[in-house]
Amino acid sequence: MSILVDENTRLLVQGITGKEGQFHTRQCVEYGTNVVAGVTPGKGGQEMDGIPVFNTVEQARQETGANAAMIFVPPGFAADAIMEAAAASIEVIVAITEGIPVLDMMKCYHAVKSSGSRLIGPNCPGIISPGKCKVGIMPGPIHWEGSVGVVSRSGTLTYEVVDQLTKNGVGQSTCIGIGGDPIIGTNFIDALQLFQADPGTSGIVMVGEIGGSAEEDAAEFIVDSVSKPVIGFVAGLTAPPGRRMGHAGAIISGSSGTAQAKIEAMEKAGITVVKNLGELGTTAVEVFGN
Amino acid sequence: MNIHEYQAKELFKKFDIPIPQGRVAFSVREAKEIAEELASMPVVVKAQIHAGGRGKGGGVKLAQSIPEVESVAGEILGMTLVTHQTGPEGKLVRKVLVEEGLEIDKELYLGVVPDRATARLIFMASEAGGMDIEEVAASTPEKIIRQQVKPGDGLQGFQARSLAYGLNLEPELIKQFIPLVAKLYNLFLQYDCSLVEINPLIITKDKRLIALDAKINVDDNALYRHKEIQDFRDLDEEDPMEVEASKYNLNYIKLDGNIGNMVNGAGLAMATMDIIKLAGAEPANFLDVGGGASAEMVENGFRIILSDKNVKGVLINIFGGILRCDILAQGVVEAANKVGIGVPVVIRMEGTNVEEGRRILDESGLDLKVATDVWDAASKVAEIAKSA
Repeated sequence: MSILVDENTRLLVQGITGKEGQFHTRQCVEYGTNVVAGVTPGKGGQEMDGIPVFNTVEQARQETGANAAMIFVPPGFAADAIMEAAAASIEVIVAITEGIPVLDMMKCYHAVKSSGSRLIGPNCPGIISPGKCKVGIMPGPIHWEGSVGVVSRSGTLTYEVVDQLTKNGVGQSTCIGIGGDPIIGTNFIDALQLFQADPGTSGIVMVGEIGGSAEEDAAEFIVDSVSKPVIGFVAGLTAPPGRRMGHAGAIISGSSGTAQAKIEAMEKAGITVVKNLGELGTTAVEVFGN
Repeated sequence: MNIHEYQAKELFKKFDIPIPQGRVAFSVREAKEIAEELASMPVVVKAQIHAGGRGKGGGVKLAQSIPEVESVAGEILGMTLVTHQTGPEGKLVRKVLVEEGLEIDKELYLGVVPDRATARLIFMASEAGGMDIEEVAASTPEKIIRQQVKPGDGLQGFQARSLAYGLNLEPELIKQFIPLVAKLYNLFLQYDCSLVEINPLIITKDKRLIALDAKINVDDNALYRHKEIQDFRDLDEEDPMEVEASKYNLNYIKLDGNIGNMVNGAGLAMATMDIIKLAGAEPANFLDVGGGASAEMVENGFRIILSDKNVKGVLINIFGGILRCDILAQGVVEAANKVGIGVPVVIRMEGTNVEEGRRILDESGLDLKVATDVWDAASKVAEIAKSA
């Protein structure tokens, strides 16, 4: 089993006719994802590799029965695209776009919450249920179907983690990149809740980084509500305070948001925290078996 | 993006938020002219750098006469100001804000920041103004009152009133405070701020509310739609190597160690810095070349890393996804040939087209140490640092 995306996912791609949209749509199709529609305002009626393109999400959903959206729209228009998908009752919305202004995301966040749609991202690699469905920009071949759920704030660091899992024979149920921005649709707790409820997931790997208090909040949640074994990793022990480390969300302010504080909170919650990234795969074998 | 106090006050003025009279000066002569225009004493001379704690560091001084304005402006302009936020090397002061001195009855705090967890703006106010607000929050959290505002709904009257009553303001000050909160909110939205802070917001002896200080940070992601703020950028306040890196869309932050590193993706870059340290060496930088780096970006990345004279070795850690390993390998080989790399380089590559990438490096004839995994890479580069 898996969470949020699987063989029943019918994907539409917003921004399908752009360079990135085209490239990654093809990668998803190659992986086996059922891409049913594209949306680019003004290009309705065209096709991309035989996939019909529509002017609006609502129209695309009505014509094709799409139930998930992947967004490659440029940052200045991405919040609007997310809200359009939510207004059209798309169940799972995956926003890949990096660099959306925070105030745009604030409005968007509340619009999505009240719509009942689930937003993943923005500024994320997407979500993949290995062997079933890939909605995102992650390299497909490093994944391997299995029963460990992965949730992470990062992109390439997630690939590193997944690669180690696969090489050590630890397969994955679903891997979610929740995104590196300060305001995101799905947080650690949401993902943990879904993995806890999924009978196909037997253990969880949680990859955090400096900034905010999401890891601490998640640790608290795990104590009360997660019975499955959890492995954690936090990036940024050597990051200087007050600087934006690439991700807009990765800033240590004052003494809050440090990697040290997050690691301590996670250890206190009974999570096996990996300090040496090189040992993540072998630790997973010890904790989860393979 | 950070802006100066005097720039923040220009924005305050535009929004009719009361500030002391005064202007910025780049020379002692200008400082004197401004003081003469003000035509009242005392006058305050404030160093303009992108760091807090200026007063404690000797960057804010009071003058009682025109000659004294000249002498304190002369002392501050050109000084290297060291505060808890500048680091031990300090910052060179190139400009000062010259303002009327005011008689202070009480110092308050008023600030607005976005809250990630609730996706709302938080107004914070406190009677404990003029102090480090992080310290107030840590030691006496009850002294900070908060109001959360959902941008779609906007700031409500009752929220501004709650802040006013929470600050125990007298009725005539409440009349000034409520519109001030609304103006601050509008300013925050107008310029896509990520922080607006007035510390202190003073009550003068003659019962006026005035923003004695002003701090504004603007969301980098929104700068594209604020030409006015872009013009506020002060390259003197930024590390020259970071400015150079930003020209090539490279995300570079200089650190104090001796192992340079180049990584794709911010999370992996931080994790790579951490593992360098764990292996017993110190990272010299953070450098994220991004997901779609070109050979040219890799070359410029190399040049910037190597321009830091502390660097004794370089670790390249790439997880190929969108950025294919063969493209990276080509970039490294081209860079090595063009830039000339005088220090040992350890490369660890994984992911898309890794075999092809390794072949290119092998056949290049360059002295590159290829690592099998992250820990192997970090250990190899730490070994280099020890023998350097």
